[in-house]
Amino acid sequence: MHKEFLMGNEAIALGAIAAGVNLVSGYPGTPSSEVLETVAKRRTKDVYVEWSVNEKAALEVAAGAAYTGARSMVTMKQVGLNVASDPLMSLEYVGIKGGMVVLVADDPGPISSQTEQDTRHFATFSKLPCFDPTSAQEAYEMVQEAFEYSEKYGTPVFLRPTTRVCHGYASIDVKDTEEYTVHTAEGFVKDSNRWVIFPRLSYQNHIKIEERNVKLAEAFSVYPKNKIYLADEKNAALKKGIAASGISFTYALETLEEMGMTRLFKVATPHPFPEKLALEFLDGLDEVLCIEELDPVLERELTYLCGKYHLPVKIYGKLTSHVANAGENTRDSVHKNITEFLAESKQADAVEQIDLPAPALPIRPPVLCAGCPHRASFYAVKAAMKGRKTIFCGDIGCYTLGNAMPLDMVDTCLCMGAGLGIAQGVGHMEPDTTCFAFVGDSTFFASAITGVVNAVYNQAEMTLVVLDNSTTAMTGHQPHPGTGKTMMGDVVQKINIEAVLCGIGLKTVETVDPLDYKAAVDCVKRVADEPGVKAIIFKSPCIAVSKPEHSMCVASEKCINCKKCICELGCPALVIQDGKVSIEASLCTGCTLCAQLCPTGAIQKREPVKCMPGKEVKTEPADTVDGVQNNCTGGCSHE
Amino acid sequence: MNKNIVLCGVGGQGTVLASKLIAAAAMKKGIPVMSAETIGMAHRGGSVFSHIRLGENLHSPMIAKGTADLVIGFEPGETVRMLPYLKEGGQVIVSSREIMPVTATLSGTDYNGEDMTAYLEKRVENLLVADTEKACTELGFAKVLNILLLGAAIQSGALGLTEEEIQGAVRERLPEKFHELNFRALRYFAGKSFHKE
Repeated sequence: MHKEFLMGNEAIALGAIAAGVNLVSGYPGTPSSEVLETVAKRRTKDVYVEWSVNEKAALEVAAGAAYTGARSMVTMKQVGLNVASDPLMSLEYVGIKGGMVVLVADDPGPISSQTEQDTRHFATFSKLPCFDPTSAQEAYEMVQEAFEYSEKYGTPVFLRPTTRVCHGYASIDVKDTEEYTVHTAEGFVKDSNRWVIFPRLSYQNHIKIEERNVKLAEAFSVYPKNKIYLADEKNAALKKGIAASGISFTYALETLEEMGMTRLFKVATPHPFPEKLALEFLDGLDEVLCIEELDPVLERELTYLCGKYHLPVKIYGKLTSHVANAGENTRDSVHKNITEFLAESKQADAVEQIDLPAPALPIRPPVLCAGCPHRASFYAVKAAMKGRKTIFCGDIGCYTLGNAMPLDMVDTCLCMGAGLGIAQGVGHMEPDTTCFAFVGDSTFFASAITGVVNAVYNQAEMTLVVLDNSTTAMTGHQPHPGTGKTMMGDVVQKINIEAVLCGIGLKTVETVDPLDYKAAVDCVKRVADEPGVKAIIFKSPCIAVSKPEHSMCVASEKCINCKKCICELGCPALVIQDGKVSIEASLCTGCTLCAQLCPTGAIQKREPVKCMPGKEVKTEPADTVDGVQNNCTGGCSHE
Repeated sequence: MNKNIVLCGVGGQGTVLASKLIAAAAMKKGIPVMSAETIGMAHRGGSVFSHIRLGENLHSPMIAKGTADLVIGFEPGETVRMLPYLKEGGQVIVSSREIMPVTATLSGTDYNGEDMTAYLEKRVENLLVADTEKACTELGFAKVLNILLLGAAIQSGALGLTEEEIQGAVRERLPEKFHELNFRALRYFAGKSFHKE
């Protein structure tokens, strides 16, 4: 054993490696992505790892590995589970041979997701056991135990951390390489009565699954990570208890350690629910407050048990408005929930008594980076379609940020790949609307291809715009089928988006550099007027992974201060300084889009300049550590 | 030693690296560390924070309001935003240089860091305003804001870590060609009286 300072996701990856995992597959999605990346970085040489094309593919790959008796893990975020749900629902009826962990990261808030869905419900729905860690250290241990349970009971199991567990860091105890389990797969054994799903098999296995989950509920009642903390002496007679799970449990525990312990129930396995232990917790209590994020899963389970066993215990939580029913819990919100619960009266929201109110704070919504090629692509389409009735159907990725003013180029956004279908539906109802669907390169491979086939087959009128920046940018620059790199470090044949579209049968597919403003606008005008389904591929690499060549500056004698550059583009590098337009050199990547728009040609390439008299500024590349850009904001101009 | 530290700023300023250096230096001394930070969509140009907790018997990586011993602000407005986390008598280090949000540029709204710094001066008893713009110029290098502020935090005494200990973490985590420059940045505020604007 040794200590390492690890992010929850890194801890899960190391735990899986320590458990002898043989294959890990997944699709990137915040807050889950670092699990697979860490497996790739820290794996022992015989662990296979891949970014799959989407979550469904990833889950099937992991299932295949588990059929051979190998230990496998598949990683995704909560909405990714929707994509993978088809194979998952059936897989539970078939079962597995080697241990299989389905890592699904939930995102209370939501901080970077479309929904606040709760994977614990998916566990009940799909009948899979579910592990719900409260910390990085616990997640490290839990993933190893999850493999054991999975193999013992022949079922895939969920490990379901939430954002604050995934992205929280802690110095934790991890195994040395010599302590790792080595897991050897027996190999796939043909048995069509076992591996081929048929109605009769499903019926028989359904009976077994229900019986198994009863046994598992009993096993989980003695699983050490499900735990009752006893009240301290002062509160021994108190007939109130608290049930909590996930990160909220740590908030509750810290609060109670400050205020005095009451009886506290930590639920590490929400499904199957550890009924026996729960009854022990409820015994003798009058009231229970449930503190959890997303849906009231513990609250419903405890309410159900009180009904089933006629217990005179009142259960409070989200359903009774004692805890907020949406958004994430915080250390402070939990403190307030517990204080109110123990004080038996609702406290008025404490108004902070500040003599001096803070000045208005700046609003900083996430924006496209300075120099982002998506800005140029959106602007070209906007300029080309000016005055026409249009709809711009967006998708999931950095380019969702094209919705912000002044671009305002995302009219709809639903889920990955949906923009294509939405554009078709709108087009069928409103033939006079020129319909566009925007999709990124990674999203194209993940879930847009079937949408294109659907459009061509059903004679839609639409323009597909592929924003190809040669990476999966939003989730941290993962490779995908178009990049020609795999997570095993191999360089492989790139899958060509243009060739895919031509193969489907599109007659017009044009590739253009969005940073060439005039060529891009002309291309959009030309292609949009073609009949049927046609495509534009805007190809320009993500600026976060390509090196800027130079930056731009404003020649003040030529600038008429019309602010067209600022008002049309909304680039963070364009700022007003002392009432004049100026370019923040530390942010500018020299994309030249603003220079191409400037009516007086006032924006020019910056010559190598000195930051301050006598001080030449060095031109070292941006210092990046762990993928986080460390941009200067010190105000120096440097090329 | 139990300590709660908040780092805050704007995505891209280097708060994450600074929090990792603090964590690495503390771990070297055998102090348990927990931390949490903003990752994902909020990251690009948005407000970001790190919570760092040092000491025994910690359960949650997130801290409660009114309990931070030290707030290291990479931007004046973001520092005001995180002020509710500061405990009574806690220390604040703030970089005097503001970052204009795109929204302010677009709408022509007047946001300026001086108002924020002036507010901090009225509200915070233990405040150090670091003129990082001047420091970057004098050092001739722009990308050391995070190290400069760590240096200022060391000088304040509120970090509970020494220059040598942070130096050790820099050595472990950064490429060698950046060591000398970062050491100079770390030392920059040593013996200097802090410039108040």
